[in-house]
Amino acid sequence: MKKVLMSGNEACGEGAMIAGCRFYAGYPITPQNELTEYMARRMPETGGVFIQSESEVAAINMVFGASLTGARAMTSSSSPGISLKQEGISYMAACELPAVIINMVRGGPGLGNIAPAQSDYFQATKGGGHGDYHLIVLGPSSAQEMMELTVLAFDLADKYRTPVLILGDGLIGQMMEPVLVNSRQSLVVSKKLTTKNWVLTGCKGRDPRIVKSLWLNDGALEAFNRKLGEKYEHIKRAETRYEAVRTEDADIVFVGYGSVARILRAAVARLREEGIRAGLLRPITLWPFPQAAIRQLSKKTKKFVVVEMSMGQMLEDVELAVAGNAKIEFYGRPGGGIPHEEEIYQRVIARHKVPKQSKK
Amino acid sequence: MAKREEVICAGFGGQGILFLGKLIALCAMKENKFTAYMPSYGAEVRGGTAYSMAIISDKPIPSPVITRPDSAIVMNEPSFRKFRDKIKKGGLLVLNSSLVGNCGRPKGIKLIKLPFTEIAFSLGNVKAANMVALGAYIKKTNVVSVKTALKAIDEFIKDKKLVVINKLALLKGASLVK
Repeated sequence: MKKVLMSGNEACGEGAMIAGCRFYAGYPITPQNELTEYMARRMPETGGVFIQSESEVAAINMVFGASLTGARAMTSSSSPGISLKQEGISYMAACELPAVIINMVRGGPGLGNIAPAQSDYFQATKGGGHGDYHLIVLGPSSAQEMMELTVLAFDLADKYRTPVLILGDGLIGQMMEPVLVNSRQSLVVSKKLTTKNWVLTGCKGRDPRIVKSLWLNDGALEAFNRKLGEKYEHIKRAETRYEAVRTEDADIVFVGYGSVARILRAAVARLREEGIRAGLLRPITLWPFPQAAIRQLSKKTKKFVVVEMSMGQMLEDVELAVAGNAKIEFYGRPGGGIPHEEEIYQRVIARHKVPKQSKK
Repeated sequence: MAKREEVICAGFGGQGILFLGKLIALCAMKENKFTAYMPSYGAEVRGGTAYSMAIISDKPIPSPVITRPDSAIVMNEPSFRKFRDKIKKGGLLVLNSSLVGNCGRPKGIKLIKLPFTEIAFSLGNVKAANMVALGAYIKKTNVVSVKTALKAIDEFIKDKKLVVINKLALLKGASLVK
C-alpha cells in the first residue's frame, strides 16, 4: 500500500487501471478532464487503447463496440455529456453489455455551470435512456472510494452483464486527498468474470453468436424484458450497499450520499457532542437503493433529514422506503451550492429544541 | 479543540497558485495529517485569476471548500481585493508587495508583506515567487515543517534544476520571517 495525493478524477483512472480496463473513449468536459488526461497517459503505458473521440455519442458507441469484443471498457463525462450518451447506454443495457460510465455531475439543467451538484440522480437511477432497464449506480464519497468503487464497477458490470454508472460530482472529482493505492498484485481480477462466452470475436471454429437489442417477434421482447427484470431483482437482493453511522439509537437519521455524506458525517459528530442522537445512513449503491435498511430504521427513528445538492431527487426514494413511518425533512442546495456542516448543524439545532442542561 | 488550518492561495494563472496549494496538502500528507486540496477549476487561463484551497487538520475533512480562511497567500492585486475581507479575525495574510500596491493595513489580521516576485527574480527565476511566499508562510505558522516542504519539492518536481531553485526560494522565504 502506497499513500498518494490524488484527485477523485485521478483515483478513478487508477481504479480503472487496477481493474484491467483495456479501452477508454471520452470527450473533454469540466469537471472530469483530469480523468480523461489520466487515461490518455496511462492506457498506452499498459497496451490499452485511449481515444479522444469526436463527440460523447461517438465515445459511448466505441465503448459499446469494445465491450462486444470482451474488453473491459470505460467512458466518462459530466452531466450534459452524459445526457448525450443515453441512447448508447440504453442499447448496451438491452444488449446486456458490461461497461463503466463515469458521471462527474455539474449543475444543470442545460449547460448549467461547472460547480458540483447531485441533480442527475433521477437520470442515473431511474433509467436515463429509453426502455425498461436499470443501471447499477455507485455513489463514491472520497477519492479513496472513487478508486475502489471503480474497481467494483468493472467487476459488477462483468458479473451481471450490465453497464454500471458511477455518480460522482465536481467536488469529488477535483478535490485532492491522500489515497491508499493497492499494489496491482493484491487485486487479481477474477478469471470467472473476464472469461466471457458471449463475446463477438469472429466465429471461426465455433457457432456464430448474436448480441442484439431488436426483438420483433410476437412476445419476444416481453420475454426478454422479464428476463432483464429478474436480473435486476437478483441485483437488488445481492448488491445493495450502504454505510450506517451511529443509527442504532438515533432520533434523527440523515440520509445523504457522495460529497454530501462527508459533510453529514461531520454534522452527526457535532450533534452527538451536544447530546443530540443523530446518525447517518449513506447509500453506496444508489441503484439498488437501500430501501429495506431505511424501512427498518423508520420503525424506530423519529425523523429523517434528507440532504442533497439538488431540489430533492433521492428524497423520493427515501419517502418510498419510509412509507409514512416517520417524519422526513429535506434540505437541498441546488445549482452548485455546497452545504456546510455548520449550516446543517444550525438547522437541526434550531428545530430540535434541546433543554439546556443545568450545571451540577 | 481540534487543530485545523484553512489556507487560500491566490494570484494569476502562471504564478504556480495551484501548485502552491497542492504542495501544502502534500506536506500535510507526509506529516500524516488529514488534508484536502481544492482548485478553482473554472475557465482559468494564464494571466487570469486563479486560487486554490488547502485544509490541514487532525480530523477527517468534510468539505474542502473554504469560505473564511485562517490564512491567505496572496500574490497579486485582484486577488488581494477578492480575499482581504474573507480572512478570519486574528488570521494571517501573506502578501506579495511586488504586485500589490498600497494596500493599507488590514484590520484584525497579521500581515507578512514581502516582495516575493522581486526576491525570486534576484534568485534567478521569477516563477519561484510562490515558493518564497510558501517559505514565509510555513515559517510563520509552523503548520508543516520546512524540512517536509523540502522533501515534498523533491517528490513533486521532476526537473533537477527546478528542484534546486524551488528549494532555494523556499529557504529564502523562510529566512525572511521570524
